[in-house]
Amino acid sequence: MSTATAPEPVVTGEDRLNLRGQTLPRWTPLAVAAGSVVLALLIYFVTPVDSEIQIVLMAAILFLIAMSAASTVVEGARRARDRFATTLVYTAFLLALIPLVAVLVSVISKGAKRLDLDFFTHSMNNIGARDAGGGIYHAIIGTVEQVVIASAIAVPFGLLVAIYLVEYGQGRISRVISFFVDVLTGLPSIIAGLFVLSFWVLALGFGFSGFAGALALVVLMIPTVVRSSEEMLKLVPNELREAGYALGVAKWRTILKVVVPTALPGIVTGVMLAVARVSGETAPVLLTVFGTNLINSNPFSGEQSSLPLYIYSQAGQPQQFAIDRAWAAALVLIIIIMLLNLIARLFAGRNRLK
Amino acid sequence: MTTEPDSSADDAGPRGTASATDPTPAQLVTTSKAKIGAADLIFKNLTRTAGIGLLVLIAAIALFLVLRATDALSANTGNFFGTQEWFPNQTPPKFGVAATLFGTIVTAAIAMIIAVPVAVGIALFITVYAPRQLASVLGYVVDLLAAVPSVVYGLWGLIVLAPHMKGTQLWLNDVLGWIPLFSADAVGRSFLVAGVVLAIMILPIVAALSREVFLQVPNAHREAALALGATRWEMIRTAVLPYGRPGVISASMLGLGRAMGETIAVALVLPASFKISVHWLEPAGNTIAANVANGWGEANEIGRGALIASGLVLFIVTMVVNMIARAIVARRRDFSGSSA
Amino acid sequence: MATRIDVNGLTAYYGKFKAVADVNLTIEPKNVTAFIGPSGCGKSTVLRTLNRMHEVLPNARVEGEVLLDGEDLYGPGMDPVNVRRTVGMVFQRPNPFPTMSIRENVIAGLKLNGVRNKALLDERVEESLRGANLWEEVKDRLNRPGAGLSGGQQQRLCIARAIAVEPQVLLMDEPCSALDPISTLAIEDLITKLKSSFTIVIVTHNMQQASRVSDSTAFFSLEKTGDPGRLVEFDKTSKIFSNPTEKRTEDYVSGRFG
Repeated sequence: MSTATAPEPVVTGEDRLNLRGQTLPRWTPLAVAAGSVVLALLIYFVTPVDSEIQIVLMAAILFLIAMSAASTVVEGARRARDRFATTLVYTAFLLALIPLVAVLVSVISKGAKRLDLDFFTHSMNNIGARDAGGGIYHAIIGTVEQVVIASAIAVPFGLLVAIYLVEYGQGRISRVISFFVDVLTGLPSIIAGLFVLSFWVLALGFGFSGFAGALALVVLMIPTVVRSSEEMLKLVPNELREAGYALGVAKWRTILKVVVPTALPGIVTGVMLAVARVSGETAPVLLTVFGTNLINSNPFSGEQSSLPLYIYSQAGQPQQFAIDRAWAAALVLIIIIMLLNLIARLFAGRNRLK
Repeated sequence: MTTEPDSSADDAGPRGTASATDPTPAQLVTTSKAKIGAADLIFKNLTRTAGIGLLVLIAAIALFLVLRATDALSANTGNFFGTQEWFPNQTPPKFGVAATLFGTIVTAAIAMIIAVPVAVGIALFITVYAPRQLASVLGYVVDLLAAVPSVVYGLWGLIVLAPHMKGTQLWLNDVLGWIPLFSADAVGRSFLVAGVVLAIMILPIVAALSREVFLQVPNAHREAALALGATRWEMIRTAVLPYGRPGVISASMLGLGRAMGETIAVALVLPASFKISVHWLEPAGNTIAANVANGWGEANEIGRGALIASGLVLFIVTMVVNMIARAIVARRRDFSGSSA
Repeated sequence: MATRIDVNGLTAYYGKFKAVADVNLTIEPKNVTAFIGPSGCGKSTVLRTLNRMHEVLPNARVEGEVLLDGEDLYGPGMDPVNVRRTVGMVFQRPNPFPTMSIRENVIAGLKLNGVRNKALLDERVEESLRGANLWEEVKDRLNRPGAGLSGGQQQRLCIARAIAVEPQVLLMDEPCSALDPISTLAIEDLITKLKSSFTIVIVTHNMQQASRVSDSTAFFSLEKTGDPGRLVEFDKTSKIFSNPTEKRTEDYVSGRFG
């Protein structure tokens, strides 16, 4: 049985072990793709189709059908199913990429228009929806203060809960706590806002303030902080704890001096991600901070603004000036959140080295 | 050399799972019986108080929502679950969550139908199909997109997507108009548009979590399938998807929770009308969360209570969804072997 | 059944790194051939080239020929999926599919090939589990998760899964390295039994094992880290362990090196 010098015509009789498989030439997917696009365009011109979204969808479907047919004929059903799945996964990916990239492109291109020094140094005092100018100074102050206060409350609290769950928790109470952490994780953010609204603002009568907004953000941050800290504390090897106890170090000191520092980079990562998430929260802030056009640097009294709130209020206006401001603020918000994510990644990277 | 298997994650431990042999940190204490000094007691109680504080917080959330809601509900002249209208500010007030709850469920369902398969596709692309260097970059990009705040998606949906979807909606109406869902007198900022915006919003979240789950599929299982003569798709079906199913379900449920609770993106897109409409291309509809954001500014005492009551419904619905997800994941656990 | 393998001028790469260079050897049908050598010498890599599992790793590629009864696995028109069905493999760590029962694990490969007939599948389950010396231990719990078995039983389950698709060749990559001595013995007995139907290639770190189970032994080594591994000597097992031609082989098998 010699391997044929000419590879082409496969003599199946020689293939005793059935190792060979018919495969479509490598250029097939490209050719089919080109054909599908052309056909989709043809349909677009011939029939009354009037949205570019359909051309993309139609080309994708045509490609899927043609590839599967070709593959079934040449390569057999199993191969065809494999091709079908591959095609589906690739198209899912490419189709998803379009809107997601479009979001980023829109924000960057439309947001850059108003991104000047003025935008950062001015509030919306005396600026109506029809006026040009105006900025996000007051909104940035609000967001920073609210998020800092929220973190100052939620991080120690969440860390303590995580320590309890990992180091002390046994039995029913810790299971119940653990369950309700999950419940909080799934809590719609507007519920957190409604809670602080009915509890702090209405029942206790403190009125709208940056602090009230921070409280709502605390509710949203706690589960994230607890979960990520819990995961990290669990990763600390028991040998470290045992070493501490063996040396006669009290348990609380072992936890604070050995266990928590070991888990710290991971905890910081979790905290940064939580901070990034709440920085973009609009709904709870809308209900508790109320929003204002003026600069209010006192988070404990009076309405404040915040970046997401600012975007929401500007986007709701029909005038182009307002919409431009919304895009620019969205760009700033995204940049802040990306930076927070980046910092979180850096800490995560450090953690991995250990 | 013959060695004992260690109980690492990819080893389906033959003698029970890791937790059966290693004491958990909490158990360590009781076994080592370290001297419990006063400081220890104080610290332990401090952490315990924090834990119980969390339970108090949940109780407070439920309590205050219920308190606020009851006043409004007792003044309500309509049936809270049956009424579609929302007039809590008039006297006598008449309001119900029928329309907004319907809208919440419809938009979230549309979002899930679109987003979950695509997200699983993205996660598979990144973990199985893409070359390694590209995969790590893409994983990073998806994580970043998952962090983009919902207000940005709302802004984009309102200004960019809604006009672009007009043609598609007209076309759907032309082709599928004989189905009531797709029949419409006019198309516009509809359930479909809101659902698509929500889908795009939860897509990166579900994809990022699914990707992490698929990454945890031990290479040994993937190779086992390939060595049996599986094609790539068969390998995915035998090794990757069954192993990742609980994780994908919980990721999807998280996405569903986000979609149902999403306020701002929907508030910006939907025209806020209170009618149960089965014409999903028509500019109509509202969701509970969006209604709270839109309506509470002009709400009076009763109006706020009414909004809080609707929020309570949303809270309960999302909680039920989460519990279902947990039950599904837990039921699959005894067959998921090493993933305990 | 059972097939002869000729390896001609085989070189395997991981990206730019040449893992093993210029291997030539002939594996006889219905024989057990052992690959031994120090860590990093490329013995597992060579094994994985025999059913095209090497190329599954990112950037991995192969030069040279692997002839299965004269047909080059890397020739044009060859389908890696079909190759792997013909050349089965058992891995270092037992890796039954955790989401499947014992029965489902055994028939996983058959299902892929479209076998749906329940009677036939049942028959094959028993046959394969008997073939893997596992039937008596698990016949009452075929629907329990495969992951619930002991390590040695799991490995035999993996062997049952591999032979259920009726391959010609069975590759074993350190199949006992994660097992205790008693389970190891059970697997070694099984290998001796299986060679009446399959061509078996086994990679092992354990020289006693190689001398116990194999007919021929290939010794691989490398000059220094970073160099590609090479086949130093290939001969009857008795010759390799009693009277090897190469000095390096002698050093290794007598424990003076590695």
